Amino acid sequence: MLTKRIIPCLDVNQGRVVKGIKFLNLIDAGDPVEAAVRYNNAGADEIVFLDITASHEKRKTIVEVVRRTAEQVFIPLTVGGGIRTVSDMEEILRSGADKISINTAAVTNPELIREGAKKFGSQCIVVAIDAKHSGKGKWNVYIHGGRTDTGLDAVKWAKKAYALGAGEILLTSMDADGTKAGYDLGLTRAISKAVKIPVIASGGAGGPEHMVEVLKKGKADAVLAASIFHYKHYTVRTVKEYLHRHGIPIRL
Amino acid sequence: MKKLVIIDYGMGNLHSVIKALQKMKIPAVLSDKAEVIKAATGIILPGVGAFADAIKEIRKRGLYNIIRKEALAGKPILGVCLGHQLLFSHSEEFGATKGLDLINGRVIKFKTDLKVPHMGWNNAKTVNQKSTLLKGIKDNRFYYFVHSFYAVPVEKKVILTETQYGDIRFVSAVEKENIFGVQFHPEKSGEPALKIYKNFWKVCSKK
Repeated sequence: MLTKRIIPCLDVNQGRVVKGIKFLNLIDAGDPVEAAVRYNNAGADEIVFLDITASHEKRKTIVEVVRRTAEQVFIPLTVGGGIRTVSDMEEILRSGADKISINTAAVTNPELIREGAKKFGSQCIVVAIDAKHSGKGKWNVYIHGGRTDTGLDAVKWAKKAYALGAGEILLTSMDADGTKAGYDLGLTRAISKAVKIPVIASGGAGGPEHMVEVLKKGKADAVLAASIFHYKHYTVRTVKEYLHRHGIPIRL
Repeated sequence: MKKLVIIDYGMGNLHSVIKALQKMKIPAVLSDKAEVIKAATGIILPGVGAFADAIKEIRKRGLYNIIRKEALAGKPILGVCLGHQLLFSHSEEFGATKGLDLINGRVIKFKTDLKVPHMGWNNAKTVNQKSTLLKGIKDNRFYYFVHSFYAVPVEKKVILTETQYGDIRFVSAVEKENIFGVQFHPEKSGEPALKIYKNFWKVCSKK
């Protein structure tokens, strides 16, 4: 039976894991490779690195992190953050990543989805969507790390990304993000029903009960979480055991 | 020196396979050269994407007959994901395309209301307990899958494992003498699954 995936996300700044609320008050939280190995050993189904480095040295640093991780961790590894061109994608994939997550660049240049899918296969191309409530049953797509409202309808954009060749949607609710009050079930369900590709729910996880909700009611195929794992409130293992007990198909 | 060749025909991301072989200390080279394939101890045929494009790329590089000839002469070959599908007679994707035809059977699309691709971790139940490829690996363990099509072999005896997706029970690995195929990605299914490459390498080393 196909299982639901539990995906820890690591924010990486200049080659180090950072913790902080909405990219503020960043605290150094160690080596990303060690963190990835730890998550892998605890039963993570995939790992996501989100590179938030602002400097020009960006690519070089994350490539090195990916290379070291891929030597030790044999589960799918996704890398996102500032990827703008097919050659950026290639560099990250060459270093050992399995998937590339694109957000702003996909909106400003949707052809990038098609080009990436054509060159590397759809399974490599994750389109990340940051969405914010804009009215009843409506959400807008935001870019530039949530600073710019594009005015695009999130459901329409997800359909377009799917049509262009995206292999997965990584959906973050900006309303729920950081609240620890649960995922946005309405948003997740709307997107999941609109596309035939898997949807990874992100933003709002305060505990495993929220994951059960979004996997059942939100129709998500996978859940992403950062803080509940970083702060060691829960381990990947304890979360997976909880989900299993609550009837979610899980790889234990 | 004994080594594997990973066939590079321009389809998808081969780096994960390379990293996995490095981890298992299996000597391997990435190539699309006929002489390298002929000299290799065994062949790994990876790949993601569309069946027809893959066969076109393989033909364009003049490798279609070489891969077939080597495999039919007894050289071990392991197809992974799309590479597994390419081992079969033909695919029904966008009209029929002839495959490498090393295993009698066809490749068909998932017909289901569930999401396609079938993506994520699913278990593979061993049908053939005498398998060389899965020796020493826990039965019914989870593997990482990403695919929209699956192979349907004609002969039941080549079936190594089966996997359930919704109402569909499909063949997820095959083994026919020196010819092996896995629909899942052993290189992405956790470290214990890398043993599949080790087992394949053992088969190659004996030749």
